[in-house]
Amino acid sequence: MSDLVKLTIEGREVEVPPGTSVLEAAKVVGVLIPHYCYHPGLPVAGSCRMCLVDVEKSPKPVPSCATPVAPGMVVTVHSEQAEAARRAVLEFLLINHPLDCPICDKSGECSLQDYTEQEGRSSGRYADYAKRYNPVEDFGPDILYVPNRCILCTRCVRFMEDVAGEPTLNVEERGDRAHIGVFEGRPLDHPWSGNVVDICPVGSLLSKDFLNKARVWDFDRTASVCPGCTQGCNVVLETRENTVVRIKPRPNPTVNRWWICDHGRLNYAWLNRSDRIEAPLVQRDGRLVPVDWEQALARVADVIRSARGRWVGLVSPAASCEALEAAAGLLKAHGGGGAFRVTEGPEAPLAGVPDLALRKERAPNVAGALAAGFTREWAAAAEAAKRAAVVLALDEDLGALGQPVTAGQLIYIGTVLPEAARGATVVLPCANMAEEEGTFENLRGLRQRYGQAKTPPGMARPAAWILSAILEAAGRAAGAPA
Amino acid sequence: MSGQTHGRTDAPAHGGAGAPVAEYEPVFVGEGRRRLDAILARYPTKAGALLPALWMIQEKHGWISPTGMAEAAEVLGLTAAYVKGVVTFYTMYHQHPVGRHFVQVCTTTPCNVCGAEKVGEAFLKATGAKRYGETSPDGNWTIVEVECLGACGFATPVMINDEFIESVTPESVPALVARYA
Amino acid sequence: MGFPHPTHPKENPVLSRHFGEAEARSYDGWVKRGGYRALEKALGLTRDQVIEEVKASGLRGRGGAGFPAGVKWSFMPKQKTKPHYLCCNADESEPGTFKDREIMRWTPHALIEGCAIAAYAIQAEQVYVYIRGEFTEPIQVMQAALDEAYAQGVLGPNAMGKGVRIDITIHRGAGAYICGEETALMNSIEGKRGNPRIRPPFPAAVGVFGCPTTINNVETLSSVPHIIERGGTWYKGLSLSNPKSTGTKLFSICGAIAKPGNYEVTMGFPLKELLYDLAGGMRPGRKLKAVIPGGSSVPILTAAEAEETLLDYEGCVAKGTMLGSGGMIVLDDTTDMVYQVMRLARFYAHESCAQCTQCREGTAWTVKILQRLLNGEGRREDLSLLLDLAEQMTGRTICVLSDSCAAPVVSAIKKFRPEFEAYLRNGKPAARA
Repeated sequence: MSDLVKLTIEGREVEVPPGTSVLEAAKVVGVLIPHYCYHPGLPVAGSCRMCLVDVEKSPKPVPSCATPVAPGMVVTVHSEQAEAARRAVLEFLLINHPLDCPICDKSGECSLQDYTEQEGRSSGRYADYAKRYNPVEDFGPDILYVPNRCILCTRCVRFMEDVAGEPTLNVEERGDRAHIGVFEGRPLDHPWSGNVVDICPVGSLLSKDFLNKARVWDFDRTASVCPGCTQGCNVVLETRENTVVRIKPRPNPTVNRWWICDHGRLNYAWLNRSDRIEAPLVQRDGRLVPVDWEQALARVADVIRSARGRWVGLVSPAASCEALEAAAGLLKAHGGGGAFRVTEGPEAPLAGVPDLALRKERAPNVAGALAAGFTREWAAAAEAAKRAAVVLALDEDLGALGQPVTAGQLIYIGTVLPEAARGATVVLPCANMAEEEGTFENLRGLRQRYGQAKTPPGMARPAAWILSAILEAAGRAAGAPA
Repeated sequence: MSGQTHGRTDAPAHGGAGAPVAEYEPVFVGEGRRRLDAILARYPTKAGALLPALWMIQEKHGWISPTGMAEAAEVLGLTAAYVKGVVTFYTMYHQHPVGRHFVQVCTTTPCNVCGAEKVGEAFLKATGAKRYGETSPDGNWTIVEVECLGACGFATPVMINDEFIESVTPESVPALVARYA
Repeated sequence: MGFPHPTHPKENPVLSRHFGEAEARSYDGWVKRGGYRALEKALGLTRDQVIEEVKASGLRGRGGAGFPAGVKWSFMPKQKTKPHYLCCNADESEPGTFKDREIMRWTPHALIEGCAIAAYAIQAEQVYVYIRGEFTEPIQVMQAALDEAYAQGVLGPNAMGKGVRIDITIHRGAGAYICGEETALMNSIEGKRGNPRIRPPFPAAVGVFGCPTTINNVETLSSVPHIIERGGTWYKGLSLSNPKSTGTKLFSICGAIAKPGNYEVTMGFPLKELLYDLAGGMRPGRKLKAVIPGGSSVPILTAAEAEETLLDYEGCVAKGTMLGSGGMIVLDDTTDMVYQVMRLARFYAHESCAQCTQCREGTAWTVKILQRLLNGEGRREDLSLLLDLAEQMTGRTICVLSDSCAAPVVSAIKKFRPEFEAYLRNGKPAARA
């Protein structure tokens, strides 16, 4: 521990590695120094001057984001001088700010609002002067710029330049005429550009997708893992009234730092589909009729008892590790195996962060499916399915397969009922990833847990629960006299 | 991009000379390219040549249009947005076409106390430009007030295009304007 | 010499001796006047010997900060692992200052020689002379001199035939006062917006293009050949008051004065003599009201204070102001202080780079308050508000531009309060005494 630097912040002793900024060291002892331009994922700008603190023996307050710790340093965040300096910064920032919080999407998660409430003046002295006004600009497919709210912290500019590696944003003009700009005909459409909305400390950069959609204080928030590709970015699913309304990144230094891509960010509508299977269905008189779980599982037990021959699994790499392992167990018990297929799209790396990309394979659990024993031999499995005694489909839409999928019996576990599954013997409604707890294994073999953010519709249950119920039923079927 | 209400002091209120922008003639081809290459040899990065390259564009076209910014970005491996951020930082780069003669009158304190504002007014009067930043109806003159030209001992210094003229007085303005007309 | 006026007997023309002599601009003319002997001599010394000589001279930065030049050079790494650069700050933009312009116009080879000696001392092969974009004539003169210097083998891969590479490149600015700030200037050379950088790292470690860099003002570098030729001890002896301020200095005098111009005097020279003897005193019928002594960024001196001030770094500090760049703005009894302070504030608001909150918003707000005051709509609390804003604009930002806006405001309110109060009371300036 001898190579750590020991200092005192707000009367609390802290030891941190040399080179740590005072601002980061303060976090270690639970002191949040207000700041705007500083972001741990961006190069230090040191320009908003909101993080000024007093350091013993320094006549002037220093910017804590740009001041490295030194042995024996004594830092005071709430001294009279430092508070006055920050109060002045807040007042300066507010003189041209429209104070339109009631119609601002950022309200409730805005640092300008928060710090002003914490330590700002109760009223400004910029009396009777007109505020600066500039119209809203369309920056790109999902991003609007509201210049009147901008505090010129340049986080967005630095993100595009240093993290995305594509300086699409700039600061234009200077002095109080300065604003953020894009070049005519070169919109902000980088596959990771949505992050600028997250890091904007005020309501200046807005997502069109989220525009006027909800007040953030109405949200429930659930730690989750992005289901968009094999990267496994950590996210927060934000829900209101059992609907996913927004996906935000959840910092994870080893997987995605502070960032997520736009594909993952905007890929949530399917979690809110309303055309879901709400009850178990069984084939009776040439059509699927709703039944309760007991009857449905009894029908599955019948299938298990009566089926003679191979089982084949057709599974989704978006299912949880738990569901895939249970499905693999069930198939193995009947001498079968299975395969999966993955939708692909263009790979989109984030230039400034090693090993972070929107991956080509657009499913979260390819590694989990492989680990459970499923293969990529989709064509062979589809062929085998035709002659199999039982086909177990796990949230696989069975698209582009010959009809019928199998001459044997189809047990279909899914969230929605595709045309190809209408001939199934049993249809079992499962939860989607937002409606269950589970784990995904990402492309680097990291298993990450995601939580349940909303309740599943009707009688739908997590696929892992369904499959263990089937295993139990299969056990009973095997143990019972023929 | 945005209609800043706090305009730059040299931003004209209308589209300058009013002539339609002719098809853009690239700057960095032939002799221009050779000049740029000689400049590039003086800097360890391509971006280092940006300010000189922008001067070359302005020299040829009289202002730096979006197409000009894009050309500079292209030859120096930068983005157009980056170049625009730089262009708009420096007040001598014109983001709009200006009159045939661009006049900068220093009115900062040292010259101000020597009557510089009267010199500026004399230029407006002599050229027919209605106000600072607005090009005269004949398209010939754009007058702007500038901050300190660095010749305070020679109040009032005036720049007409690239010519630096010292000790201009309201009385000497008409003759100066006549010389350029 | 007090260019454009003849040399006054009380002047000590070292740098300005050849101002106004067209022939001095050419290589031959310069050599005839003893030019390039110092460079020849320096290249025969070790780098450390050159640095020691400059240290011994006590030469301090003439751009405004007054940091000892030799000490600055000695901060450069001795072991060269990356290219080293020298930047010459010729972005002379401080209102009231116009000395570097004359040095470049009349004695371009003096600057080239100074640059070459400094480049040798700090192991730099490339020198960037950053000249403000408006200086079209100095740029032309300097470029012509450089072309000659290259043609004569003074510069290039084998400078003076001594096997040392020294290149000098003019980098033309494009209209930004802040680029006179050393790190903003480096950003501008790199093709960026001229934003000052946060320090540390300091330029000697990470300067232009990420490499060790020294930056000196035109006047500082032009003094170097004289020091090398005549010795640091000679230069150190040039001091009339405080031994920490040595050499001669060009003072630009402008504004309400009979003979505006550049006067070169020995450090410690009385401001009063400069005003009344050298620069011819006030215009007929006018009385001295105030002097802003170091370019517009420093606190204003009243007439009484100014007349007691000795012109060196310590002498100005003793009067609560700074020597700065040595640009003297003289204001007489017809000057409306409120209006001129507004003009200065407007200058800084125009030039703020927009990085730091206090500067971006504070300078513009200061202008608005002063304009409202001038319009006769001022409010009682406006003066205390101005002072309060000024306090929060001082010592809070990356560079000192916002401090520079605050300094004249604060000193004007403190020293000329009745003029502000007259606007508050009557909505118009105080009647002239």
